[in-house]
Amino acid sequence: MELIVASTVGVLTAAGVYLMLRLRTFAVILGLAMLSYAVNVFLFASGRLAIDQSPILSRYGDATYTDPLPQALVLTAIVISFGMTAVLVMIGLGAYLEAGSDRIDIDPASEDADAKDARS
Amino acid sequence: MMHWIILPVVLPALLAPIIGFVMRHDIVLARVASVAGAVLLLGVALGLTVLAADGTTHVYRLGNWPAPFGIVLVLDRLSALMVLLTAVLALIVLIHAIATGWDARGRHFHALYHFQLMGICGAFLTGDIFNLFVFFEVLLIASYGLMIHAGGKERIRAGLQYVVMNLAGSTLFLFALGTLYASVGTLNIADMAAKIPEIPVEDAGLVRVAAILLMIVFAVKAALFPVQFWLPATYANAPAPVAALFAIMTKVGAYAIIRVHTIVFGPGVASTEDLAGTWLFPAAIVTIAIGAIGVLGARRLMPLIAFSVLGSMGTLLVAVSAFSATGISAGLYYLVHSTFAAACLFLVADLVVTRRSADSLEPAPATGQNGLFAALFFAAAIAMAGMPPLSGFLGKLLVLDAMRAPGTIGWTWTAILAGSLVTILGFARAGSTLFWKSTAFPVPEPGSPAPRPASAAELAPSMSAIAMLALLAAFAGPVSAYMQDTTDQLFERDGYIFAVIGPDERVEDALEAAKEIVEEEEG
Repeated sequence: MELIVASTVGVLTAAGVYLMLRLRTFAVILGLAMLSYAVNVFLFASGRLAIDQSPILSRYGDATYTDPLPQALVLTAIVISFGMTAVLVMIGLGAYLEAGSDRIDIDPASEDADAKDARS
Repeated sequence: MMHWIILPVVLPALLAPIIGFVMRHDIVLARVASVAGAVLLLGVALGLTVLAADGTTHVYRLGNWPAPFGIVLVLDRLSALMVLLTAVLALIVLIHAIATGWDARGRHFHALYHFQLMGICGAFLTGDIFNLFVFFEVLLIASYGLMIHAGGKERIRAGLQYVVMNLAGSTLFLFALGTLYASVGTLNIADMAAKIPEIPVEDAGLVRVAAILLMIVFAVKAALFPVQFWLPATYANAPAPVAALFAIMTKVGAYAIIRVHTIVFGPGVASTEDLAGTWLFPAAIVTIAIGAIGVLGARRLMPLIAFSVLGSMGTLLVAVSAFSATGISAGLYYLVHSTFAAACLFLVADLVVTRRSADSLEPAPATGQNGLFAALFFAAAIAMAGMPPLSGFLGKLLVLDAMRAPGTIGWTWTAILAGSLVTILGFARAGSTLFWKSTAFPVPEPGSPAPRPASAAELAPSMSAIAMLALLAAFAGPVSAYMQDTTDQLFERDGYIFAVIGPDERVEDALEAAKEIVEEEEG
C-alpha cells in the first residue's frame, strides 16, 4: 500500500509540474489541480497509513488509532485549493477575453505570433 | 486571557463582509466604514504594541484549547511591531486610494482591502504553522482581487502570472507542512521548537528537507532569487495604491523566515541551524544585484520602483541571513524603513504617472505641480537608495555594521554599496528625465485640457509616508533600541516555548482523569 500511495503522489506531482510548464491557462489549471491532489494525498499519508481504524482514542494509551489531525489538514487544504482553482479559472477567463490569448507568460514576440495565429 | 490579541484579525474579518454585502452600492458609505476600520485597527495595533513592550509573550488560545492541541495566537514584540507597521501603512495607502479615486475604478476595493489586512495581521500573530498557511491563503486570495482591480489587459495577464506563481508556492507550503508533521508530529511553532532539538542529527533528514522547503516558500513571498521573477511584473502592473500596500506583503515572507528559522530551525538546533543562513546569504546577494541592475535598466517608472523594492528585500535578507542578534535587529529597522520607502515611491509615482500621457521614462511636457512632485520623488528616492538624511542611510549603515564578520563582509559590503550606487544612478536618471527634461517643452496652450492639480488629500499620504521616514531617522536611537529588545526576545527560544506550551494545569488534570478511567476499566 505504501508503494501505491507513494507512487501516486509522485506521478501526480510529475504530471502537475509538466502541465504547469505548458504555459497555457487550461494546462496550468489542470496542472495545479493535479498538484493539489498530490499534496492532499501526501498530507493524508503524513499521519501514517492505517486501515480500518477509527480516528478516535477508544481508551487512553491504546495505540491502535489513525491520526485525525492530517484528515483535518486535508479537509482545509481541499477547501482552500478548490476556492483558489475557482478564482484562477475566473482570472484565466478574464485574461483570455481581454487579451485574446491564453498564454501565461508576457512575451511580446510570442504575443505577436499568437495574434498572427488568430488572424490566419 | 486577553481578547485584544485577536482583534486585528476579527475586526477586518467582520468589517470586510459588511462593506462587501451591505455597502457595495454606496461608495461614500464604504469609504467611511473602511477608513473607520483602518483607524480602529491602528488604535488596536498601538494598544498591542504597548502591551507587548514590557517583553512578556502573550498567548491567545482559540476556543481556549490548550496548546499544542488548539491553535494559538502569540503576541510578542516582533508580532506587535509588524501589526503596527501594517496598520500605519494601511491607513496611509487607504487615504491615497480614496483621494485619487482608485477605489471607485473597480468593485469591492474596500472589502478586499480589509480581507487583505485580516490575512496579513493573522500571519503576523499566529503561533501555529498550519494556521500561518491559512492566513497566507487569506491574504493571497484578497491580493488576487486587489491586483486585478480596475482591470486592463496587461494587468489581468500579470495578475494571472501572480496567481499561478502563488498557487504553486502554496502547494509547496503544504508539502513542507506534511513533511514536517510526518517527522515531528506537531505544527505548533513552540511545540516544534521544543521537539526538533530532541531529534538526533543523523535522523533529522526529513526535518532538514522540510526546513528548506519552508524556506523556499517564504522566499517566494519575500521575492528572493531565484524565485523573485514574479515581483517586477506584479508590482509594475498592479494599481499603484495596491502596489504600495504590497510593500508589506514581501515583508510577510521576511517575517516568516525570521520567525520560523530562528525559533524552530534556528541557532542552537544542531540538525538545522546551518541550513538557513548558508542558502539565504548568496540568494540575498544576488537579489541585491538583480534589483540594482533592474533599476538601471527599467524603461518605465513603475518597474523601476518594483526593482528597487527587490533590491531592498535583498538588503533586508542579507541582514537576516546572519541569524545573529545584531543582524536581525538591523534587518528589522531596515524592514520598517523599506516598507515606507517603497510605499511612498509607489504613491508619488501614481500622482506623477496619472498626470502624464504614459508611464514610460521619456521626456514629456511638465505636469502642473512639477516642482512639488519632483521634491516628493527626490525625497522618496534618496530614502530608498539609502542616502542621508532619511532613514535609508541609517538602515543600510546598521546592516553594513552587522555584517562585519570575516567571510561575509566582502560580499555584503560590495553588494550593498555597489547596489546603492547603481540604484542612485537609476533614480537620478529617472528623476531628471521625468522632471527636468520636461521643463524644456513649451508650456501647453491655455485652451488645452491640463491634468488636474493634486489636491491636499492626494498629497497628504505620500507626505506622511515621508514623514514616517523622517521620524524613523530622527528617532533612530529609541527605534533601534526597541529592535534590539525585539531581537533579544526572539532569540529567547525557551521563553517563547514556555509561554505557549508551559505547564498547563488543565492538561495535567485531563491526563490524570484519563489515567483514572483507564485504571477503572482495567481494574
